[in-house]
Amino acid sequence: MRTLTFAQALNEALKQEMRRDPTIYVAGEDVGVYGGIFGVTAGLLGEFGEDRVRDTPITESAIIGSAVGAAAAGLRPVVELMFIDFIGVALDQLYNQAAKIKYMFGGKARLPIVLRTTCGAGMCAAAQHSQSLEAWMMHIPGLKVVVPSTPYDAKGLLITAIRDDNPVVFIEHKMLYGTEGEVPEEPYTIPFGQADIKREGTDVTVVATMAMVHKALSAAEELAREGVSVEVVDPRTLTPLDMETIINSVKKTRRLVVVHEAVKHGGAGGEIVASVAEEAFDYLDAPPKRVAAPFTPVPFSPVLEQAFIPSVEKIVAAVKEVVA
Amino acid sequence: MSIDTEKLLWMYTNMLTIRRFEEKVAELFAVGKIPGFVHLYIGEEAVATGVCAHLRKDDYITSTHRGHGHLISKGGDLKLMMAELFGKRSGYCKGKGGSMHIADVDLGILGANGIVGGGPPIATGAALAAKYKGTGQVAVCFLGDGASNQGTFHEGVNLASIWKLPAIFVVENNMYGISLPQTRSMRVQDIADRAAAYDIPGFVVDGNDVIAVYEAAGEAIRRAREGEGPALIECKTYRHRGHFEGDPMAYRTREEEEMWKAKDPIARFESKLMEMGVLTEAKAKEINDSIVARVQEAVRFAEESPWPAPEELLQDVYTVAA
Repeated sequence: MRTLTFAQALNEALKQEMRRDPTIYVAGEDVGVYGGIFGVTAGLLGEFGEDRVRDTPITESAIIGSAVGAAAAGLRPVVELMFIDFIGVALDQLYNQAAKIKYMFGGKARLPIVLRTTCGAGMCAAAQHSQSLEAWMMHIPGLKVVVPSTPYDAKGLLITAIRDDNPVVFIEHKMLYGTEGEVPEEPYTIPFGQADIKREGTDVTVVATMAMVHKALSAAEELAREGVSVEVVDPRTLTPLDMETIINSVKKTRRLVVVHEAVKHGGAGGEIVASVAEEAFDYLDAPPKRVAAPFTPVPFSPVLEQAFIPSVEKIVAAVKEVVA
Repeated sequence: MSIDTEKLLWMYTNMLTIRRFEEKVAELFAVGKIPGFVHLYIGEEAVATGVCAHLRKDDYITSTHRGHGHLISKGGDLKLMMAELFGKRSGYCKGKGGSMHIADVDLGILGANGIVGGGPPIATGAALAAKYKGTGQVAVCFLGDGASNQGTFHEGVNLASIWKLPAIFVVENNMYGISLPQTRSMRVQDIADRAAAYDIPGFVVDGNDVIAVYEAAGEAIRRAREGEGPALIECKTYRHRGHFEGDPMAYRTREEEEMWKAKDPIARFESKLMEMGVLTEAKAKEINDSIVARVQEAVRFAEESPWPAPEELLQDVYTVAA
């Protein structure tokens, strides 16, 4: 099969869906001529024109809020928030409007919105362009939260997101854009709430998201050489969250490590560990562990930033602790 | 602008419907039959009426926390509204929204809104959809003087302006953001002056004169439908009651209130219609009696409707694929 980068896979999903459904439009900062700051919307303007590929001013509240109004009025907006860090200036339109309107209206509104955004550290972009805020998003009833880790998942999940009738926050880790993988040419969907076992193993379950999936896989490779068999589970969506796959894996391995790049305190890992404790406590042979960033803003200096991002070494160490 | 008799009487009836509905809401709130917060529109009826008189059923509006008047003017059903205010299952939102979130998407009502300034970006989006689909629809955003200081107002109007969308922003300037007078929340006297920042027309209107509102809105909506882009209409008005029911109103004088009550939009319009020979005492009584009966029917409907079942709490969070 041919390979694409993560960014190309997303781009292909957008193009194929826009060809299929004329009610889909793309809007955001620099999504037109520039093609998106990370290139994900490259070529869309040329193919679909200015009505469907709309450069917006720097106006995050209006980018998200106009998507709410347009979706309520029958369109399927796919809007881009250049960095998830910028959600602060626009959060009301997402969590008080987009997420709640269906419920507040007694179920009568349909809001098919995809909010694509980027997260993550690794580019020395410092504290306001590097955060991982997915836990904020998964705390809001009414939103779906997608966290792809591979080009294959990125394409299938984005197509699912676009076809979903709910507001979906689609989070792309910026360090994954250049990663390559096999991606089918035809459009395909990946159901939300279906975790993917990225590597099978028997001794410990490592649940990891986005860029951390790849570090978990590296750790698993290293640990395999030492005779430890690691199962790597990628939830792929945090809302809905496929706890069934995670719990079944834990029942098999009897040990759990959760890895994410977001700060540990209040992170998705707490939710996953708590759910395992509620549902499968008796299966655990060791206390679960979380490998996540420390409770600090993301620092600028490459040395500090690398100290902030969970490393393969830290994952290996955590696994060794739970299997000891 | 000449207005036919039928339209004049519709406007009169609509204003009086809002007034009678809300007087009943105040009464029911006072005796504990309506839970939560209630923000009444009494005194401002000419604004929603004069604007919505031009709207088609498929046009959109976004409303505010003070939204009953907008809903009634856009065709909202009194029974479903009252039941929603009671928190009953038969209400517009099955009891999940209440006064601040009443909506009827089928009538283009994209919701009252509990967030001051929540509406402008949403109205801009609805206007974008109208332009995108080429339907000739417009989107009207009702907002208050206070909301015009929010960033979302600037962002929504600016985007509507640069994209030349059929959006009309109607500022109901009732002079106070809860307790803070307009003079202490902005330097401009006329909020319509802010239209210049977006290179769109700004109209200042006596918001207690339904004909004046009707004329300004007519021009703004005509422009929008014909592809000339958004407009800003500032309607100077006054809420007779507090910000919400129970507001002690220590921030304004009884003299000021009396001065504005003397300019009551309904009484003014009624005199005018009688002068014009469009309305008689007998006809006015007939209209009023009919409204009172409809409001009573709405109350009876709300009272007799069942509560939601507790398990309904879990429904309608997400749209489930068919």
